[in-house]
Amino acid sequence: MSTNAQSRTPKTAGRPGRSLAILALVLVALLAAVFIQGATSVKLGLDLRGGTSVTLQPRLASGESGKVTASAIDQAVSIIRQRVNSLGVAESEVTSQGSGVNRQIVISVPGDTGRRVVELVGQTAELRFRQVLVSGAPGATKTDGKTAATPPAGVSAATNAQYAALDCTLAANRKGTGSDKATDPIVACDRTGISKYILAPAEVLGRQISKASAAINQTTGSGWYVLLTFNDDGTKKFGALTTRVTSLPAPQNEVAVVLDGLVVTAPRINEAITSGNAEITGSFSQLEATDLANVLKYGALPLAFDRGEVQQISPTLGADQLHAGLLAGLIGLLLVLIYSLLYYRGLGLVSVGSLLIAGSLSYLLFLLLGKWIGFTLTLAGIAGAIVAIGITADSFIVYFERVRDEVREGRSVRSAVETGWHRARRTIIVADFVSIIAAALLYLFAVGGVRGFAFTLGLTTLIDLFVVFIFTKPIVTVVTRMKFYSSGHPLSGLSGKSLGVVIPTASTVKEA
Amino acid sequence: MSKLSGLGGRLYRGETSVDFIGKRRRWYAFSGVLIVASAIALSTQGLHLGIEFKGGSSFTVTKTAISVADATSAVTDSKIPGEVIVQKLGTNKVRVQTGALTSAESNAIQDSLAKRFDVNIESIDTQIVGPSWGKEITRKALYGLFGFLIVVLLYLAMAFEPKMAIAAIIAVIHDVFITVGIYALVGFDVTPATVIGFLTILGYSLYDTVVVFDKVRENTRTITSTSKMTYSQAANLAVNQTLVRSFNTSLIALMPVGSILFVGAGLLGAGTLKDLSLALFIGLATGTYSSIFIATPILARLREHEPAMQALAKRVAIRGAAPVAPVAVAAGASSPEKRGPRNQPKRNRRR
Repeated sequence: MSTNAQSRTPKTAGRPGRSLAILALVLVALLAAVFIQGATSVKLGLDLRGGTSVTLQPRLASGESGKVTASAIDQAVSIIRQRVNSLGVAESEVTSQGSGVNRQIVISVPGDTGRRVVELVGQTAELRFRQVLVSGAPGATKTDGKTAATPPAGVSAATNAQYAALDCTLAANRKGTGSDKATDPIVACDRTGISKYILAPAEVLGRQISKASAAINQTTGSGWYVLLTFNDDGTKKFGALTTRVTSLPAPQNEVAVVLDGLVVTAPRINEAITSGNAEITGSFSQLEATDLANVLKYGALPLAFDRGEVQQISPTLGADQLHAGLLAGLIGLLLVLIYSLLYYRGLGLVSVGSLLIAGSLSYLLFLLLGKWIGFTLTLAGIAGAIVAIGITADSFIVYFERVRDEVREGRSVRSAVETGWHRARRTIIVADFVSIIAAALLYLFAVGGVRGFAFTLGLTTLIDLFVVFIFTKPIVTVVTRMKFYSSGHPLSGLSGKSLGVVIPTASTVKEA
Repeated sequence: MSKLSGLGGRLYRGETSVDFIGKRRRWYAFSGVLIVASAIALSTQGLHLGIEFKGGSSFTVTKTAISVADATSAVTDSKIPGEVIVQKLGTNKVRVQTGALTSAESNAIQDSLAKRFDVNIESIDTQIVGPSWGKEITRKALYGLFGFLIVVLLYLAMAFEPKMAIAAIIAVIHDVFITVGIYALVGFDVTPATVIGFLTILGYSLYDTVVVFDKVRENTRTITSTSKMTYSQAANLAVNQTLVRSFNTSLIALMPVGSILFVGAGLLGAGTLKDLSLALFIGLATGTYSSIFIATPILARLREHEPAMQALAKRVAIRGAAPVAPVAVAAGASSPEKRGPRNQPKRNRRR
């Protein structure tokens, strides 16, 4: 057969060796990345390892008017994140899904935390202004009985002891629960944990703010500050508060801005502010000033959270679901492999190899994406991957059937492999692209589990395209140089008998 | 297997041919009946929506030798208002489903179940869905559906022909409608996993249609110059030529889905896997059917209305020749009985 020129073959034979080398390179690179990154296991979703997930729908707190804004939701997410982090459970996650003001907040906490999480995250977070009574270093004060300072005026001994014991260097203590009572004095940590406070009962509430914005000093052109405007009620109360504290000694001349039980900032009051317009200055960067303004704006319009969905999965059920998912995948894969071997014989071997390559690529990418973008594999995700086995195998079938059709049209096997590819390529691209569109739109519009499904479906379809181009086609080109395939051996999947034609040698190729 | 392959060869050359397009009225009538049945089932019975859509709570307790009666009395003890459904799942699970509950009420049920069966509260698998949540999910699913149909319509119109896009979309809508109808008729639970399944069917059904249409386009590219076949005949040949492929891809797609269904329903009893794969299983079947029996006949009908195609049909009629596939001319030399012997010497020569 080496004597025959392949005159009418489209130039798709390319250099199969090069494609296969690229594939090997990609596999090695991914494997190396896996080792370097230490990504040894796929991150499993809560439905596979047990845990609690809560989906919250933010809305205006009852009695408020106005509109939910995107920045208010951002604030809410960071408030909830702070609360969840205080649980100290590793790999807890707080994310928002969707876009703009229609976002949901999704909280996932692995392990047996159930009810605590649900109660922790559902509370409305309030912003309050409280006078500082005592402030100090964040660590717990060693109380040997005597050194505990006598409580300043207005602070009970109990509160003072609580203050002494409070250690703000621990993340667990920097939690907001929304449970701080406005009418009580409280002990509180700074948001960043650099100091701790005893604070007086709240005198001005966040919802009495009418406006807050970050601004830059116009005359010097540097020095960011925050402008704050109160409504009528707030103006009166803030006026009274500032008039009273401005002449007191430090730290009692400071007023703390407290969000969700944590001190955001505690500026010193330089003068009585009775106009309702305040400026908070300090050595703010633009980012810090904007953040503070956003916190104050959020305070003006606190969000409440509707429990959209709460799902608590025990580790036992998680393990069951994981096993079932993997078992289903294995059975599905085996069935497909057996069928393609029975039907396509020798060519079936090619599809077995391709599926194995696609499988390894998927697994390596799951490992790496877990590290890189926090991809977690959920039950729906496993289902997506299993469904993709079918899609991947489909593209081989499309190709193989084209090759067989070309042979039926009277081409030699080697020629049919190239012309068949020329035609099948387009079909595969269009069909896979439709699948990818479906996955992308599902991902964009859906929430929760659906997204996991869409992500794996999209990813595995892309892998399918890659494998068909870089492995399946080149390997078919390579193997059909072997006599076993090119002569149409009965077990090659290209035998004349099974195709119902005479396999021509290249020299007898006719005009089709 | 080789018999089937031989059939593939005969289908390819047009020696064996099923008249999919000529008998389109038959398929349309069949689909019409299904669609009417679906519409009736939908309007009279409606869909059996899971708690994710209507709001509610579900608590699953796993314990050996658990009984429905015990669970029912535990729920009664917690004094929960409204309808409560208690079901046994598998051998060692009981699921309690209630309407929408407040935080306190759901805690009460959990406590009561935990106490009755002497299990940890954390080991009770719980799902609580707020009443407004279902609307949100439904809205998003509908956005996804319409977004998908529009984008795919545009994409197929660009990649193929506008009329192919229309025919493909009609076939997809047909699939979704019938699948939804089957759900209404049988009363399967519709959960978000089912919706995922529905949406995936769209992709799959189109995948199938795309492959058939690709062949139709190839076969019809030169028909106006050769005047050997009408558009319908060429399209019918394409469906026949891709029949083996359609059969194989559908079978191969059904295998993993079937295994999810089997494992999901068999091992887990209920949940994501079962809901998803059931929707896929039904959808795949209708998807394969529609790409052959609905999409292509509709496409042929749309194209036959074009003046150029009508003129072609007249020319073909004047020639009076029975439709002969051009490929059959090239490959016609091999009659079946000579197949074996003639193959043999060639291979010898090659060695």
